[in-house]
Amino acid sequence: MSATSTISPAVLDVEKIRKDFPILSTMVHGKPLVYLDNAATSQKPLSVIKAIEHYYTHENSNIHRGVHFLSQRATEAYEVSRKKVAKFINAPHDYECLFVKGTTDGINLVAYSYGKQFVKEGDTIIISAMEHHSNIVPWQILCEDRKANLKVIPINEKGELKMDEYKKMLAEDKNVKLVSVCWISNSLGTINPVKEIIALAHEKGIPVMLDAAQAVQHIVVDVQDLDVDFLTFSGHKLYGPTGSGILYGKEKWLNAMPPYQGGGDMIKHVTFEKTTYNELPFKFEAGTPNIEAGICISAGIDYLNGLGIEVVAQYEHELLEYVTAKLLEIPGLRIIGTADQKTSVVSFFVDGTHPSDIGILLDKMGIAVRTGHHCTQPLMEIFGIPGTVRASLAFCNTKQEMDQLVEGVKRAVSMLL
Amino acid sequence: MTINEIQDELIDEFQMFTDWMEKYEYIIQMGKDLPLISEQYKQDDNLIRGCQSRVWLHADYKDGKVLFTADSDAIITKGLVSMVVRVLSDHTPSEIAGAELYFVDKIGLREHLSVTRSNGLLSMIKQMKLYAVALQSQEK
Ligand SMILES: Cc1ncc(COP(=O)(O)O)c(C=O)c1O
Repeated sequence: MSATSTISPAVLDVEKIRKDFPILSTMVHGKPLVYLDNAATSQKPLSVIKAIEHYYTHENSNIHRGVHFLSQRATEAYEVSRKKVAKFINAPHDYECLFVKGTTDGINLVAYSYGKQFVKEGDTIIISAMEHHSNIVPWQILCEDRKANLKVIPINEKGELKMDEYKKMLAEDKNVKLVSVCWISNSLGTINPVKEIIALAHEKGIPVMLDAAQAVQHIVVDVQDLDVDFLTFSGHKLYGPTGSGILYGKEKWLNAMPPYQGGGDMIKHVTFEKTTYNELPFKFEAGTPNIEAGICISAGIDYLNGLGIEVVAQYEHELLEYVTAKLLEIPGLRIIGTADQKTSVVSFFVDGTHPSDIGILLDKMGIAVRTGHHCTQPLMEIFGIPGTVRASLAFCNTKQEMDQLVEGVKRAVSMLL
Repeated sequence: MTINEIQDELIDEFQMFTDWMEKYEYIIQMGKDLPLISEQYKQDDNLIRGCQSRVWLHADYKDGKVLFTADSDAIITKGLVSMVVRVLSDHTPSEIAGAELYFVDKIGLREHLSVTRSNGLLSMIKQMKLYAVALQSQEK
């Protein structure tokens, strides 16, 4: 579905919501913080902060190991959280949801384990030109190791995937073993037509992995409807704690893949001669995990569900349209990423200025944006710029903050030019 | 002037500014004032990569003194770079190698030397010192 879904036109009580985020009342250089770096990491509502405190106050214990009371309590909380995550993305089975450290970890796991089992010399992995380094480098490492090819779906000047080129790749290359693309681009905001991407790959029996790091907080995720093979995201961008993340994988793939890491929890039986592996999900969860993060990732999900993701998406889209139109009034300002289907990210470049200069000056006005290449260096080269200023929005931002951003950029530009 | 006298002079210049924006306007002015490096030296050999902005540094050694020129593609970085050049350039290798750059902190610009800023300024200062140390050992 698109972010312009019209399911619910209800308005959010943003002023009330903002009170749930203590950090938003921070003063920066004597000015109230305007936090527009939500794509890098989201801020945490009190309920998540309290859940973390609750864990350490009442539940802390190692999981899956002890017969004692606390260990069982912690294990229970951990597994309940997994169930909530499974429900959130509509996974058929909760054991198909692996706890990982984050998106990067999830992609590395698949690159390693799927790659080890299924990718051979001369095979091909397809990614796209708008990938985060996290969805480039693990595949490069794999391809180098296997002497496999990495092919890149190009984009048009609006920052949309050239689907014709993708179809051509699938038609011409008989050795494609996996397609791995982002659902939403972190530097352009483009929402990719993932359902179509998956369907096209499946026609050839090729599995698809989605980097959903920027999607889960803005879009309803239904892995069954998508029929996606792997999907990964980070809890810290989803109002939850850092160090939490999820890798969803279809059972048939996860069962066919060798473990990623060896250690405690992932084994059934160990002798020095041979180890038999535990069943899913534990086969892929070696060692003591980040228990607190695993438990509290679902507190972030609960918060978002409480607001209603469709309502959130609609509000965020309105903010995006509003700020985009206002920014475009600034002479010399170019929006980088003008896809028809777009969400929550506005990246721009002002002729004659360097993004880092604008970022530094905005910071002095209390406005937090990201500047640079956003870990998508190849993409910046395509647009022929050193980087962009990126404002990434969330439901806790206000129209007034959008005005402040626009005024801030105007002021910065007038100082710089 | 000694390195420290120049630093004190800079600190003085900044004392008249009462708010951040004025400070930055001054830094930007310094950045705009001169193209610091001749184009021929703006090559990858002289490039110090920061994550955000790029800095080029060129050093000449003449009559026992090191002359630095530098440039950046970002104007604030360029302003900061020009300050460091003003402080360190035209001194002997041992003076440069032993210099303690306290002016950045005093002016309240320490964040620009932080790792997250990664604007190449910190790497540039390291590079200048390395250069001075190398010359120092040559002298001996
Ligand atoms: C699209 C995308 N993929 C991957 C990542 C990496 O996520 P993490 O650093 O949480 O592993 C990010 C984070 O910026 C992202 O935006």
